[in-house]
Amino acid sequence: MGKLFKQTAYLIADIDNFLDNISKAGLLFGLALREYLEGEEKKFHARIDEIAELESDSDVLRREIRHKLYSKMLIPESRGDVLNVLENIDNVIDTTKKVVFQIDIERPSISEDLKKDFQELVMTSQNALDFTVKAARAFFRDSEIINDYVHKVYFYEHEADKIEELIKRKVFSSEELPTLAERMHIRDFATYVASLSDESQAVCERISVAAVKRSL
Amino acid sequence: MGSLLLFLSGGLFLGWSLGANDAANVFGTAVATRMVRFTLAAAISSIAVIAGAVYAGAGAAGTLGRLGAITALPGAFTVTLAAALSVFFMTRASLPVSTSQAVVGGILGWNIYAGHAVDYTVLIDILTSWVLSPIIAAVIGFILFYFIRFLIKHLSIHIMRRDLYTRIALIISGAFGAYSLGANNIGNVMGVFVPISPFPDITVLAGLEFSGAQMLFLLGGMAISAGIFTYSKRVMETVGSDIFKLSPITAFIVVLSSGIVLFLFASEGLHDWLVQSGLPALPLVPISSSQAVVGSVVGIGFARGMQNIRYKLLAKIGAGWATTPLVAGALCFLLLFFMENLFPPECAAKQSAGTREVNLPSPPLVLKIFKQLNSL
Repeated sequence: MGKLFKQTAYLIADIDNFLDNISKAGLLFGLALREYLEGEEKKFHARIDEIAELESDSDVLRREIRHKLYSKMLIPESRGDVLNVLENIDNVIDTTKKVVFQIDIERPSISEDLKKDFQELVMTSQNALDFTVKAARAFFRDSEIINDYVHKVYFYEHEADKIEELIKRKVFSSEELPTLAERMHIRDFATYVASLSDESQAVCERISVAAVKRSL
Repeated sequence: MGSLLLFLSGGLFLGWSLGANDAANVFGTAVATRMVRFTLAAAISSIAVIAGAVYAGAGAAGTLGRLGAITALPGAFTVTLAAALSVFFMTRASLPVSTSQAVVGGILGWNIYAGHAVDYTVLIDILTSWVLSPIIAAVIGFILFYFIRFLIKHLSIHIMRRDLYTRIALIISGAFGAYSLGANNIGNVMGVFVPISPFPDITVLAGLEFSGAQMLFLLGGMAISAGIFTYSKRVMETVGSDIFKLSPITAFIVVLSSGIVLFLFASEGLHDWLVQSGLPALPLVPISSSQAVVGSVVGIGFARGMQNIRYKLLAKIGAGWATTPLVAGALCFLLLFFMENLFPPECAAKQSAGTREVNLPSPPLVLKIFKQLNSL
């Protein structure tokens, strides 16, 4: 029995570390994009390395959690839901890594009048991710308050959609971007950044369903 | 010894079927949801059932003895055989059936056949218990559901830790449920044999007294144990996954509330304490563990706002309460008639002043009959 208590404690620590990584990745994502927009290349590259490292650590942790859940026969009845939630959260950190790498490779040039909108989009997406991690923590510890966070994620996702649309409209009506290729490039950049809030919303939907299934 | 075992076989068969079916009510969901391994569940329930039967089985078994004093081993054999066959056929016909009610039906069949007067006080106690037990289980289930939901809401326990606590709670409540099942239902298995117990009282190590009835209960407990190990796994998986879709936490509530109800109707200590304190005490009667389980599931259903309660199924279960004793009583009457009249002159019935002395085949004759049947 003592062994089971120990295994449970290790697993809880793994899950907490995993969620900490996601939360950190969200903060780094915001800093990285702000630094890119301000032209601080060196700092931006340092952030990319940090995000890549966190993403890799999270993959290891997720695999470890899955292995422990199955090999130690823990939470058999809702193991699938728990893993589903964790795997979906892992998609969020994958997205942060993908977006910063994409920006580093493609180097989109953001005009001054769009910078403010992009900063707002980054902040909104980051908020969505932040509340997603809180919702996930609540799923594991206090399912009664999940909805307090989930509805905030939906709010920020909706806000991010609005900013994304605004940016796209500005891009395609701007005189500063003469070619279609440039316009499409900036449009894709807006889509990438906003995809973080879309992923966050998808995770929250999984969390809500899993919480309903576990409710008494 | 052979004839003794042959006569006890009716009760042992009932015990086996009780182990196969009713033990599933205790650990079914825990095993089906992989919260507890079958071997662990079977080992715990076997030990607890035997402990409950031997240590606390006398109370409920005594009530059955008062309902019908069966004075011969072949008679007790016929009653248990009639009960076992009723359970078997009604289960085959997918009708809800309770071993407790089948045994009571069998005893009433014996009383009618032998012309013994039925003790209506005992009968009313038994009938009241059948109605009360699911109601009490529902009330306990309802209260426990709110209590546990309150705890979960206010303690904010991590999912993983909650799972661990649920597992421990399922094992402890399962052991308690199995103990109560043994204490309450051993009367069904061996109760009719108690007045004619073939075993003498003995004193074992350290001056520990072991009555003839307790030896019968040990034998019955072992039969229940055999039922658990040989057949209950399949039933557990059916109970846990098909009939009641319960989560491990609600399963714990069901097991605990039905265990408490079985205990309330079996504990002589509690009964005596209530009587001495001038409080109303519940009669010590073998009740149906399945009906206690149904009662607590309904209680949880009410606590959840009457969601998913299948009233048609409840009506069917209610109908089973009435039909089971009738079928078992009629079958017992027929079997007694068959046993007594098919093998004259040894089995001739003697009529005397309203009460008949029922002369069933003697042990050697029954063995002869079985040998003849085997040689056919």
